[in-house]
Amino acid sequence: MRFVLAWISAALMTGSAFAQELVGQPTPGAIGFQPAATRIMERVNDFHNYLLWFIVPITVFVLALLIWVGVRYNKRANPVPRKFSHNTTIEVIWTAVPVIILVAIAGPSFSNLFYQENEPNLEAIAQSGDLDDPNIFVDAAKEGWITVKAEGMGNWAWTYYYMDELDADGYPIQYVSNGIHYGLPTDPEPTPEKPLYLATDYPMVIPVNRYIRYQTTSDRVIHSWTVPAFGVKTDAVPGRLNEGWFLVEETGVYYGQCSELCGKNHAFMPIEVRVVPQDQYDRWIEVMKTGDVDAATELVQVIDPIGEATRLASVE
Amino acid sequence: MPMDQVAAHGHDDHDHKPGFFTRWFFSTNHKDIGTLYLVFALIAGIVGYSLSGLIRLELAEPGIGPLTGLMEVLYGTTGQQAIEQAKSFYNVVITYHGLIMIFFMVMPALIGGFGNWFVPLMIGAPDMAFPRMNNISFWLTVVAFIIAMISFLVPGGNGVNGFGGGWVLYPPLSSTAGHAGPSMDLLILSLHTAGIASILGAINFIVTILNMRAPGMTLHKMPLFAWSMLVTAVLLLLALPVLAGALTMLLTDRNFGSQFFDPSGGGDPIMFQHLFWFFGHPEVYIMILPAFGIISHIVSTFSKKPIFGYLGMAYAMVSIGAIGFIVWAHHMYTVGMPSDMKAYFVAATMVIAVPTGIKIFSWIATMWGGSIDFSVPMVWAIGFIFLFTLGGVTGVVLANAGIDHALHDTYYVVAHFHYVLSLGAVFGLFAGWYYWYEKMFGLKYNKFIGYMHFWVMFAASNLIFFPQHFLGLNGMPRRYVDYPEAFELWNYVSSMGYALSMVATLLFFFGMIESVIRRRKAEANPWGEGATTLEWTLPSPPPFHQFNELPVVKTEGGH
Repeated sequence: MRFVLAWISAALMTGSAFAQELVGQPTPGAIGFQPAATRIMERVNDFHNYLLWFIVPITVFVLALLIWVGVRYNKRANPVPRKFSHNTTIEVIWTAVPVIILVAIAGPSFSNLFYQENEPNLEAIAQSGDLDDPNIFVDAAKEGWITVKAEGMGNWAWTYYYMDELDADGYPIQYVSNGIHYGLPTDPEPTPEKPLYLATDYPMVIPVNRYIRYQTTSDRVIHSWTVPAFGVKTDAVPGRLNEGWFLVEETGVYYGQCSELCGKNHAFMPIEVRVVPQDQYDRWIEVMKTGDVDAATELVQVIDPIGEATRLASVE
Repeated sequence: MPMDQVAAHGHDDHDHKPGFFTRWFFSTNHKDIGTLYLVFALIAGIVGYSLSGLIRLELAEPGIGPLTGLMEVLYGTTGQQAIEQAKSFYNVVITYHGLIMIFFMVMPALIGGFGNWFVPLMIGAPDMAFPRMNNISFWLTVVAFIIAMISFLVPGGNGVNGFGGGWVLYPPLSSTAGHAGPSMDLLILSLHTAGIASILGAINFIVTILNMRAPGMTLHKMPLFAWSMLVTAVLLLLALPVLAGALTMLLTDRNFGSQFFDPSGGGDPIMFQHLFWFFGHPEVYIMILPAFGIISHIVSTFSKKPIFGYLGMAYAMVSIGAIGFIVWAHHMYTVGMPSDMKAYFVAATMVIAVPTGIKIFSWIATMWGGSIDFSVPMVWAIGFIFLFTLGGVTGVVLANAGIDHALHDTYYVVAHFHYVLSLGAVFGLFAGWYYWYEKMFGLKYNKFIGYMHFWVMFAASNLIFFPQHFLGLNGMPRRYVDYPEAFELWNYVSSMGYALSMVATLLFFFGMIESVIRRRKAEANPWGEGATTLEWTLPSPPPFHQFNELPVVKTEGGH
């Protein structure tokens, strides 16, 4: 019965172009990407829509040809087969046209790839002052990088390190982020605030509209750190330090799930990222520096509306 | 057809078959070995298919349910412990599903089964070049399967029996750090054995095809199935030693203190992935190329037209095989590669779409202007062409590293490779089965059951795998024993598709049993003028030894 309800709700949502699509987490019955929260994911989404303009017509074209030959050249409609087995023109066409299509795909594909992969030069962006280019964020660039390291743990948890934020003893802030659901009867009841298999005890916290450099590594086996709404996914490999970047444009809670088979609890090591206004993030950091993780996490349970000052800064 | 009379008098005096045990256990006859491979693949296929049933059963609804119950049966555990074991067992199930389907179902059926049966017949050879080696290849495959099954039943080091690190065997999960138990060691031994069997088989095919073609059959007149087997055999020969090397390094890492893949000793887990996929990517073409060959013959036979662009078709397969060796890292876009390296693999990967496109369009051009008989094998072949196209275009999507960052290791990938393998290679397999069934076993099958099998299977496999695109796009990672409730709908649909596929599987076996009971005598060539390759000049089933006098291929022979 739940299935039927889900089906109906899915149908309704498709009808209303996913008006109720959930942000930062999967939507029941959805058929596409999660809504983008970063420019990276926005571009992935656009590029995927662009690709659909090729792959859907190609598939339909092949299907139409198959139907056409079935109708026109079945043994009743065409009792005497023709004998040709070559046609240079058509062979050149069906070699050349795919090449052209692939070139048309490769262009945006590469620019998309390099945008994701190549860490932006913040000084150059800050100096450019270009507010019209949607790919760069001048105000954020002026603020510089925030570096967070995510280490995949052997016991199916993520340890986050805030490399530039030192506590009283001079060590970077670090804490372990565990999932709260393990498919066990002892699990807490899932709520909209603590969705099943997605929520963690101590989430990763970052400020909105800031350039985030994330690094991944692992202590034992390979994991993969990902947030679908950000369009980033990077394996956490023991002995390696991988790196990527993103900038989240809207506050909110965004979830991801470990994406490289890592053993028993592979399905139960979620990633929860709370994207908060800068001032809330600053308060969180201050409390984290005292070592009181619980109190700090309490501070980000409710995400503040963006303050007047912050909003002006981001518009400006 | 100059060989009719050759075949007619070729089988009268030499057709005494050995006794049962000698015939089926010491067999050196390519047709008997082919049959053995098909029977073996059928048995392994049932195992692999049952494992996928466990997957779909577990994922039909949120919550870890059915497997927990199974743990209670298997291990006598209850409650929380049973759930913990079910989680590990799920990983074991997906691992063995993949390995069995690849190494013990698709490869033995397409290469060992149809390859052994029809390469000698199509090229006009009396047998394979090395008949005894052929026997060793088959029985080593059986040994490999038995070892794999033992590995499934001994402790993996993860709380249950069996290795649960995925068919890709990535260390450190496959090292002692991840799975300390003997299961993984046995799995290495199993894959080594299967690899040796395949390498020997590949040598046999290459030597047979290069040296034993009938007089007048130049390479450029050779039937496309023989071409596909030649390319496949070369891929096997080049790719499997790399897997063997990687597996041996893993073995010494596990047992003899080496640290090839252990970062604490300066090793690199990613190195294994490079080695594995250098084998693994050609491996996917090894699975699909024989199906390409089969489809070409079926399309040509039932359109009553020669295959369109024969040379283009042959060299498309050669180029797919060659490019298949230089695209491996597209399986590894998220491991942390430099962007330039990713850009290269994006470009190289997309190039494969060109020869693949040539094949799809050439099949359609073969049908164009033909007089198409929609026989059972033909509908399977047309189903193949459409489904393979669908799997191909999602491959083009995944080739783009930028998008793959979002889709890597999600159900979108699962949908993609099942469209090209489960709906590609397997549809090719069934197409070949219905095309050559009469030839191989001398019995006619019931066509109505064949059509039913097709339509139910077509509906079922689309129902299973199409919704998985949605799951992947919306972010559901693969290899998950349980999932957030948002993914419930499409998982449910997918599992219902599996239930439907069980009907198709029953129809398949029912059709086989029906034909055995009814014993309708097969014709030498049931397909008429379109069937031009040499196997149709022989009676059905062919004599125990054929072509004692070699057929001579005239200019218009072959293709």
